[in-house]
Amino acid sequence: MAVTFKLNGKSQSVDVSPQMPLLWVLRDTLGMTGTKFGCGMALCGACTVQINGSPVRSCVTPVSTLAGKSVTTIEGLSPDASHPVQRAWAELDVPQCGYCQSGQIMTAAALVDKKVAPTDADIDEAMRGNICRCGTYQAIRAAVHTAAKYRAAKGAA
Amino acid sequence: MANRRDFLKVSTASAGGLLLSFWLPESSPLAAQQADSLIPGTPISTAPRFNAFIRIAPDDTVTFQIHKAEMGQGTVTSLPQLLAEELDCDWKNIRTEFPAVEPEYGPMMGVFGSQSIRTSWVPLRKAGAAAREMLVETAAKQWKVDASACHTDNGFVINNSTGARLSYGSLAEAASKIPPPAEPKLKDPASYRFIGTSPKKRDTAGKIAGKTIFGLDVIRPGMLYATLQRCPVFGGTVASFDASKAKAVPGVKHVVQISNGVAVVADSTWAALEGRKALTVKFDEGPRAVNSTASLRKMFADLAAKPGATARKEGDAEAVLASVMKDSVMKDSAAKKVESVYEAPYLSHAPMEPLNCVAEVTADGCDVWASTQIQQTARDIAAMVTGLPKEKVRIHTQYIGGGFGRRGRADFIAEGVEIAKAVNAPVKLTWTRDDDLQHDTYRPGSYTKLAASLGPDGMPTAWTGRVVSQSFAGLRNGVDSTAVEGVADMPYSVPNVYVDYHNPDTGIPCSFWRSVGYSQNTFFTESFTDELAHAAGKDPVEFRRALLQKNPRLLGVLNLAAEKAGWGKPLAAGRHRGVAVVNNIGSYNAQVAEVSVEKGKVKVHRVVCAVDCGVLVNPAIAEQQIQSGIVYGLSAALKQAITMDHGRVLQANFDTYDPLRIDEMPVVEVHIVKSTAAPGGLGEASTPTIAPAVANAIFAATGKRIRTLPIRPADLV
Ligand code: FES
Ligand code: FES
Repeated sequence: MAVTFKLNGKSQSVDVSPQMPLLWVLRDTLGMTGTKFGCGMALCGACTVQINGSPVRSCVTPVSTLAGKSVTTIEGLSPDASHPVQRAWAELDVPQCGYCQSGQIMTAAALVDKKVAPTDADIDEAMRGNICRCGTYQAIRAAVHTAAKYRAAKGAA
Repeated sequence: MANRRDFLKVSTASAGGLLLSFWLPESSPLAAQQADSLIPGTPISTAPRFNAFIRIAPDDTVTFQIHKAEMGQGTVTSLPQLLAEELDCDWKNIRTEFPAVEPEYGPMMGVFGSQSIRTSWVPLRKAGAAAREMLVETAAKQWKVDASACHTDNGFVINNSTGARLSYGSLAEAASKIPPPAEPKLKDPASYRFIGTSPKKRDTAGKIAGKTIFGLDVIRPGMLYATLQRCPVFGGTVASFDASKAKAVPGVKHVVQISNGVAVVADSTWAALEGRKALTVKFDEGPRAVNSTASLRKMFADLAAKPGATARKEGDAEAVLASVMKDSVMKDSAAKKVESVYEAPYLSHAPMEPLNCVAEVTADGCDVWASTQIQQTARDIAAMVTGLPKEKVRIHTQYIGGGFGRRGRADFIAEGVEIAKAVNAPVKLTWTRDDDLQHDTYRPGSYTKLAASLGPDGMPTAWTGRVVSQSFAGLRNGVDSTAVEGVADMPYSVPNVYVDYHNPDTGIPCSFWRSVGYSQNTFFTESFTDELAHAAGKDPVEFRRALLQKNPRLLGVLNLAAEKAGWGKPLAAGRHRGVAVVNNIGSYNAQVAEVSVEKGKVKVHRVVCAVDCGVLVNPAIAEQQIQSGIVYGLSAALKQAITMDHGRVLQANFDTYDPLRIDEMPVVEVHIVKSTAAPGGLGEASTPTIAPAVANAIFAATGKRIRTLPIRPADLV
């Protein structure tokens, strides 16, 4: 069964089992490996993408539910890593091993889109579903605040 | 031209330019132990070999082939800093590559024991200095002046009198024709411009764009996807299996038995996982199916009642302890005896990137793409599985999504290669999270008895420890040094010390886990030291100070952490402090944790951490590594245990093996002691101390002594 949805701004059709989670469609069918596998059960956030602007765990999202929706992955967040969250992440050199960071960035991007000036409590609430085994949490918290500032400056400009 | 003594060789690079081949040693005793324990019978060659290469190309790029791997510890940034410092090249022109394992590489290539900087410190700087001297000499010859009449600046040799400049790239090929200096001169630390600074990490750009390729991201033409059903009990084997339903799942191509279980191979990971769900396998579970956490605990406790193999003996601790009356509350004697039993669970590594291996076996040889911490082991095991000579195995090192010791083992590589060989196609084997938690090589659990006597002045007169914890790194005189480290080398001056050890036979696969024996033993000894301080009626920091007079570097970090944490000063209501220290991997670490406990719930608010790691190469990376080690240790201290029943591990995913989350993250402050000593390690420096610092703070808050990890709310109400 073919499903058609928007992927990073372009129309995408895939013909796979309707139950196949978006994570494996991205990684195995389309060869887009920026979205990561960590747990397969919506417990770690490594596979986070945005669907219609909200952060979603692609490992538990059957591809059949995507018809007509718009999916953004780390590859499509910006053409040149210029999204405010990516700029903040670069500025603070957040990643260690880096494996969780696609998911962290996609969650953080959805947060700063919604909240102009997120508090620490907002950040904890939004980001607690994203595990980082390397323990970059302190840097992530600082980087989300920085990203929110970049985002506000961009919005004002 | 080989210079045997320094293992430095110079040649012309095949694409032009200068190629410098040299040797970065792995000096740790762990390296030797690990080499022994991983593949029995693999000879360790002692022939002169090279394991690092620098290529200076005509276009001025300096390519450093790193014989390490990058797993978040900053290797691709901090090692080039050492090179750039002495070569005096332009930072922008540095490239890094992970080379394939070549036969001429040394016995161990990889990352473990927090050694990347430690073992590269001298040889890498010497290689950079040698190349620089050769480039200067080459330019001097062209200008017909003496080398001393030239200097270098950021990738150029400059003629002091004329100001003429020649780029390294333009000199490289001619430089490759002259012999390397026997003793290249290293810079005066006062003129360092890279060491001690924090350039932006070289791998950040790829990691924030989703472009970095980890092992799990490798895609080969015609590649199939595999999962493996393993026996849930360690040591069990496949008795029979029925593949009919699995083969009916769309996309499933093969179901094959290999040494370690039954593999389902399909055209996507999803199809392979669905196929595995439909597979029926009967296992012969073997003798370990009786293991449970309770039965293991009993086995350990029974052993702890008997004397074990001696790990350390100074004076006669047992006699001194025996002479102190058992009743430590005797009113008429100032002497006291304190005895406690401490326990720590088995732990899984749970790196964020699940284990995986891409393998392709052809008539021409075997290719393996993997995120591995030790490439040599990966190669040797692939050779063993395929029956190919080692020269026909090519290991392609990928970025590692977290190692923590787990990726020093090569079980997942053996599996991937065996499946690829069986189906005669390139295969990607993916471990799921339950595979990872239930088939790890675990941090061994431990049951440890500690006892000490205090003299009339309250200071320890004797100290004994009996460690029961299984060995994985080999026994010497009945003792595995990695199992007793932290107890046998506890850092305090006590006149009589005795430590012995038992190796319980459990059949559970175990291996290196971030900070190894210190990960549990420092919790035991530093909590026990706190018990002694309280028994003596002394302040825990004062008590340690008195016992560290002969250990100035550890005393230094203790004092620094206490000062920065405001030890002894009033705290916000409900908050309490605890302290702990450790000396491991060549570094010194002290932590003060600030904790509150409410209705059994522990909140760690702030951790002040002081570190002496010798010369600091990159302060920003150091601080990140320290934070990282604390998060790893705190996850385990507060939340994690691997438990067993009927021989099976009960944890299957992050819901039952939950790491620290961002809302539980304390504010971590890192203070680094300025030092000119040779660099120590950082990756494992801060993991051991967080559990005891927190447990000691909990005692200060509640009067309850934590002697078993993880810390359970039930123990606190
Ligand atoms: S892989 Fe989807 S949440 Fe972990
Ligand atoms: S950076 Fe390694 S898991 Fe987050």
